[in-house]
Amino acid sequence: MKKGVMRPGHVQIRVLDIDEAVKHYTDLMGLIETDRDDEGRVYLKAWSEVDKFSVVLREADEPGCDFMGFKVVDEATLVQLQKDLVAFGVDVEQIPEGDLKDCGRRVRFSVPSGHAFELYADKLYTGKWGVTEVNPEAWPRGLEGMKAVRFDHCLFYGPELAATYDIFVNVLGFHLAEQVLDPEGTRVAQFLTVSMKEHDIAFIHHEEPGKFHHASFFLETWEDVLRAADLISMTDTSIDIGPTRHGLTHGKTIYFFDPSGNRNEVFCGGDYTYPDHKPITWKAEDLGKAIFYHDRVLNERFLTVLT
Amino acid sequence: MAQIYRITEQYSGESFECEAGQSVLKAMEQRGMKCVPVGCRGGGCGYCKIQVLAGEFECGKMSKVHVPPEALEKKEVLACRVYPLTDLTIECRPSQSGLASKQTKTTALR
Repeated sequence: MKKGVMRPGHVQIRVLDIDEAVKHYTDLMGLIETDRDDEGRVYLKAWSEVDKFSVVLREADEPGCDFMGFKVVDEATLVQLQKDLVAFGVDVEQIPEGDLKDCGRRVRFSVPSGHAFELYADKLYTGKWGVTEVNPEAWPRGLEGMKAVRFDHCLFYGPELAATYDIFVNVLGFHLAEQVLDPEGTRVAQFLTVSMKEHDIAFIHHEEPGKFHHASFFLETWEDVLRAADLISMTDTSIDIGPTRHGLTHGKTIYFFDPSGNRNEVFCGGDYTYPDHKPITWKAEDLGKAIFYHDRVLNERFLTVLT
Repeated sequence: MAQIYRITEQYSGESFECEAGQSVLKAMEQRGMKCVPVGCRGGGCGYCKIQVLAGEFECGKMSKVHVPPEALEKKEVLACRVYPLTDLTIECRPSQSGLASKQTKTTALR
């Protein structure tokens, strides 16, 4: 049941060296730097996004993800969802307007998997980068590297998947698009969405709370994914795995690491879902094929290397 | 010609050459060896933790979670961020590497 959460809006990523990180996310991935703030944070966006930023980089002595934010349709919805979270027993924190530049107030909360999320209704609308609103060209010239189209989703690792599911599904109106069940029927992976995409956010069971697996960016075609792989080699960037296809979502993908060890994905394709679709289930016994459809074998690193 | 140093991993007995300015992990990977587990290669995940038993080295930036000051004092560092200044003897015991300690944490998916 939709409750007014619209889409992933931003992710704040901690990096060990801000200059190296900015170079990675702009020169290699093709994001565009849109601003910096007094705390030294750097704001970035992908070209097709309409708001001012979707990725915020913060220098810290431990890499990982500070929070992921979802945009809701309007202020009334934000007020209602805050009430609903509190009624459900979730502690919320108010982050004032302007804490992130040109972003309205944010309602921050943590979920039992150990991750922080935010809801917000307003962010400066700057329009798609490099194309006009009227009679737009197909794509802008002057993009760098992989030319990432949009920030798409994050995957988090942590415990308490069922309790986390309750908040996202029952309070925030996400629906379960795909899942992995173990032989006892326990859900060990959940792919949740508020859109037609197979995941706007995903969680995989892991005992240690609050771990960040990856932030993912959309590309249009398989050719673009291969080109991304070429760029990863050309720049001697740390690769994880790919290009390959996932069983889960059936997306075509490549994984690599930013200079601080945070995992990134660029991908294309993937299945679609509507709220009347039953969840797609993969068996934990077949996790190799579920994650890497071609190899059908798990890469140990994919399950254990996290920030 | 860059200066070449010899890195010896005591637990496996394997040894390999590493150029000045190259990380120990990268040198190991280039030579097809597997005595240290390879993670993010960026000082972030803690997977490639080793102890340097002998020799001089410099370190790049590493996550404080995996290399707090007390670990650094014991020369327990991440191989992806270790740049040798002399020949090095290192040790990567399965029990102290990220691999073994984290393997138990994902049993639900095995």
